[in-house]
Amino acid sequence: MVNELTATHQPVYDSDRQVSHALSELNDLKQYHYLLKQLVRRDILTRYKRSVLGVAWTMLNPLGTMLILSFVFSEIFKAEQFYSVYVLTGIIAWNFFSQATHAAMAGLVWGGSLMKQIYLPRTIFGISAIGTALVNLVLSLVPLMLVILITRAPLYWTWVFVPVSILFLLCFTLGFGLMLSTLAIYFPDVVEMYQIVLAAWFYLTPIVYPETIVPERYLGLFKLNPMYHFVKLFRLPIREGVAPSFSDILPAAIWGIVVLVAGWLFFTSKSDEYAYRV
Amino acid sequence: MSDQNLAAKEFVPMIQLENVSVRYRVPTERIGTFKEFAIRLIQRKVNFRYFWALDGINLTVKKGEVFGLIGNNGAGKSTTLKVISRVLGPTKGRVRVYGKIAPLLELGAGFHSELTGRENIYLNGALLGYGHEQMNRVFQNIVDFSELGPFIDAPIRTYSSGMYARLGFSVATAHQPEILILDEILSVGDEAFQAKCRDRMRDFRENGATILMVSHGMKTMEEMCDRVGWIDHGKLRMIGEPAEVVAAYRQENS
Repeated sequence: MVNELTATHQPVYDSDRQVSHALSELNDLKQYHYLLKQLVRRDILTRYKRSVLGVAWTMLNPLGTMLILSFVFSEIFKAEQFYSVYVLTGIIAWNFFSQATHAAMAGLVWGGSLMKQIYLPRTIFGISAIGTALVNLVLSLVPLMLVILITRAPLYWTWVFVPVSILFLLCFTLGFGLMLSTLAIYFPDVVEMYQIVLAAWFYLTPIVYPETIVPERYLGLFKLNPMYHFVKLFRLPIREGVAPSFSDILPAAIWGIVVLVAGWLFFTSKSDEYAYRV
Repeated sequence: MSDQNLAAKEFVPMIQLENVSVRYRVPTERIGTFKEFAIRLIQRKVNFRYFWALDGINLTVKKGEVFGLIGNNGAGKSTTLKVISRVLGPTKGRVRVYGKIAPLLELGAGFHSELTGRENIYLNGALLGYGHEQMNRVFQNIVDFSELGPFIDAPIRTYSSGMYARLGFSVATAHQPEILILDEILSVGDEAFQAKCRDRMRDFRENGATILMVSHGMKTMEEMCDRVGWIDHGKLRMIGEPAEVVAAYRQENS
């Protein structure tokens, strides 16, 4: 037994001094960074624990989807050069978003039983969901690289911009995931409903089809979709070899930061209710 | 222990509740879908019933004390523990806690059945707010105390419920806590293990830990507690010597 007793005269917890949830949450997260690491580790280890190939599935999954989509659509979108790279970049960005937002909701529901018993920073399940999805995203860059080499698509120096693309996508995903989790706690139906929304959203984003097939008059409407900008920002440096310009980055940055701040404030403003609701 | 320490043991408050009330908002009907919610919002028919789970509780638990809470189901014992462990904020009043709290999780909560015992020890420790180094230091102690040595690298889905409980108890009590919260848990494992648990409680107490426990086992409460509080319908009915409070409680509930 290790003695961790410390003499404290100041209260460790004082209900009168809980001022701003949005800020105190950040402070608490710093203390729980080890839990964050443990949760991500758990999610990655357990997802494929009983399978023979294990974590390799993280890479095989997007590869499989890409193969199917390439097989089905490559004839139709013949004009699109290196269609498989086009599809795979889209899928990787999309998978990050859809997995992380879904896991954020599910994680909060799982963590609900814990949050009734012990204090935990409430955002930790959303953030760990992002962490897991980020590891998956980085791992799936390996098969992407392979596909580029096999199809002899060019490998560009502009890959160095990929972290920037990931950063803004990450902000957006976390903010959106927090908003969804808050809703899901009030209305469990949201979890089911979101599956349908995701399916529609997937096809409204140019992932399997080239942007050029969208009729001119709908293009303005089309660009209201935040995922359009994130997928584009991800694809530009990898597939087109173009360093993203200011006008490419701006919409993604605005969407990312605004949704993150809004999601954070919304989530933390309701976080006192979770223990009553979950 | 020096005289100074003994004196401190008498006077240092560890938990202070001042006029603490908790109000639950219970919807009169469950509204689970958007459609229903939207309709009712328009009709202004979202009805709630308010229910005071705790009503003006004043309580100070001193350092080194073993304090017990008794009361019928739904009287507010668990809500009191939640308010103290920061799970719920009080609706009114003020809660102050002067130390790190180590709560004992419900059986199996915070474990992942596909992970091994070893992995779960670290996961569970992290949930309780400990870091990697802190867990490394107590790891062997946890394995020894839980008597799970041969099974520690097996996934815990293969464990029996008794093994789960032993592991949970060992993790939660691996570090000398400042405040330990026990919600109806001391019936863990077989008799030999229960005796070990009691020994560990005694050690904690001798080292100055404060223990807050809830139980329906009146015998346990009388044996282990320094003071007992009786909560009835969200109010603190009585507080004092364990034997007296238990007797009064028994008289009313027999």
